[in-house]
Amino acid sequence: MSTAAAGHHDHDDHGPAKGWTRWLYTTNHKDIGTLYLLFSLVMFFIGGGMALIIRAELFQPGLQLVDPLFFNSMTTMHALVMIFGVVMPAFVGLANWMIPMMIGGPDMALPRLNNWSFWIMPFAFLLLLSTLFMEGGGPAGGWTLYAPLSLQGGDSFAFVIFSIHFMGISSVMGSINIVATIFNMRAPGMTLMQMPLFVWTWLITAYLLIAVIPVLAGAVTMLLTDRFFGTSFFNAAGGGDPVMYQHIFWFFGHPEVYILILPAFGIISSIIPTFARKPLFGYASMVYATGSIAFLSFIVWAHHMFTVGMPLAGEMFFMFATMMISVPTGVKVFNWIATMWRGSMTFETPMLFAIGFLVMFTIGGLSGLMLAITPADIQYHDTYFVVAHFHYVLVPGAIYSIMAATYYWLPKWTGNMYDEKWGKIHFWVSTVFLNVLFFPMHFVGLAGMPRRIPDYSLQFADWNAVASIGAFGFGFSQLIFVYVIFKCIKGGEKATSEVWEGADGLEWTVPSPAPYHTFEKPPAQFS
Amino acid sequence: MLLAGKLALFSLGMFAFGYIVMPPLYNVICDLTGLNGRTNSAAVSMPTGEGVTDRLVTVEFVSVVNSSAAWTFKPAQLTMEVVPGKTYKAFYTAVNLTGRPAVGQAVPSVAPSSAAKYFNKIECFCFTKQEFEVAASKEMPLIFFVEPDLPRSIDTITLSYTYFDTGEAPVELEPAVDLTDS
Repeated sequence: MSTAAAGHHDHDDHGPAKGWTRWLYTTNHKDIGTLYLLFSLVMFFIGGGMALIIRAELFQPGLQLVDPLFFNSMTTMHALVMIFGVVMPAFVGLANWMIPMMIGGPDMALPRLNNWSFWIMPFAFLLLLSTLFMEGGGPAGGWTLYAPLSLQGGDSFAFVIFSIHFMGISSVMGSINIVATIFNMRAPGMTLMQMPLFVWTWLITAYLLIAVIPVLAGAVTMLLTDRFFGTSFFNAAGGGDPVMYQHIFWFFGHPEVYILILPAFGIISSIIPTFARKPLFGYASMVYATGSIAFLSFIVWAHHMFTVGMPLAGEMFFMFATMMISVPTGVKVFNWIATMWRGSMTFETPMLFAIGFLVMFTIGGLSGLMLAITPADIQYHDTYFVVAHFHYVLVPGAIYSIMAATYYWLPKWTGNMYDEKWGKIHFWVSTVFLNVLFFPMHFVGLAGMPRRIPDYSLQFADWNAVASIGAFGFGFSQLIFVYVIFKCIKGGEKATSEVWEGADGLEWTVPSPAPYHTFEKPPAQFS
Repeated sequence: MLLAGKLALFSLGMFAFGYIVMPPLYNVICDLTGLNGRTNSAAVSMPTGEGVTDRLVTVEFVSVVNSSAAWTFKPAQLTMEVVPGKTYKAFYTAVNLTGRPAVGQAVPSVAPSSAAKYFNKIECFCFTKQEFEVAASKEMPLIFFVEPDLPRSIDTITLSYTYFDTGEAPVELEPAVDLTDS
């Protein structure tokens, strides 16, 4: 047999291509989902390493380990890596893996675009991380890149802007693909209101991404032309206005925080019914609540800028609009609790993470409600209270949902059950250290400790030392997560196709591990 | 595919909205409402009606030199008691200490921002850039009036100018280098 013929497969049932180019050229949604998830895992440790540098420096007052400029670039890069390199790719990876299987479609609607949107990401982050080694250091003006501060950084600035453009292009292409998939690839007869909530939340998230990522691209392009081409969008001397940057940025930035949490709502809405062995309470209200949150996210952006000197009427509007978001979010939390009510609950690892999400995300939501109160926010603004707030919604919120999803679907992906004992240990160790890490930040924040500083006043020393201990504990306990994942990939007890006793959904009708191609013939139960 | 194309167009549209439409729109909104303490950036005509003599408004003058630019920039008067509806003249003095011919530009801001649209400048050095010789000093005038319908709750208006070195080379001035020796 000639070697040339080896490249041609017969088209009945072929598996993945051989060799490493499988990953480079793949258009298979499962391969691309895996790539996204592994990329996200690697970036999680890079971003986490940066967080540990921050916490090591903050263990004691005074300047110990790193110089302040590097510290500032760590806070900036930690945020950029965690938001754009960890949470967003992880959700896109889960969408790639699960959405076609959940809606009974054979693959994503635009497979080549899918490959492209993944492979942009490693280059974008190579560009971003390379700035740390450049003269003048990486970006150090905060992830929000506020003008005029961000314009005063080193020559790495252009690299940062281009890497954000790349990430944005990748996200927009991924989102277009997801919308096209959901509208065109559903099993015959499956109506929109029969879709699993993960699909629904991703559909809404994709629209948010398509609407706001280009606005971010516009804002950073203005920064770029202000810096290098003599425009004056944000330069007051030339007739521009730095406050306009904040408006444009947060017009992107607030929907962005819902981009980081809506898919999590979908994941939790899949997991809780499974382990409560009851259908989700209030499916339709969940869909409408998600839509309401997405709509409200566009009209609350100025609550990030209560201290820039807005008129009273503006502050009142943004305060009440922000508080209104707690209504649809409250509907969701109520529905999840009502789903568990009188259910036959068991507490496998995904359920533990889901309940952890529910409790701690609500804590973060409540501190968000405190921050929404304009007069109180003037005190809380840019303190560690804000840091505590958004870490409570992002770490036990977004990150826990991703971990819950990983444990929940890992048997479907690999065909093996993960190690339940170590999964539970991972949950408990993470949860304890996470609260040791982030809860004291509320206290030092209320006492007035500002964000983004390498040194602080002595009265904050004790709680900062506690938080740093929590940080190292939390950071290293994530190695358990890696251990459990790789142990599960290598082997273990074989999973059934249903995997979980109470699981409901099309993805549980295919064998475990899911074959390379699924639903080449659409499922019939909806028609 | 049609759907994907539409979505791609929509994202391009949002980029254009952010980059092309939003900045001018923002300027228009700020000019109309006085949000951000924005005052008029071009001359307005003299007030027409009578001054309101039953009240006085304090105008405070503040100056800031942006970042590390080597300039002196100070108001000639710290406060003025003004009658709404009447015009007044004030001065700011700028000295170029940069050691090179330079171009400066002042950017005004009014606090409280709700007073901004009642504060009108008939003539202002902030409408144009100023060119300076090395170590040159300039006294720069400002003619303004406060509108009579300024809300009664406001009795003090702070006018702040930030002075920027535009970084440009002066066009009309002679070059600083003396070429006759060579």
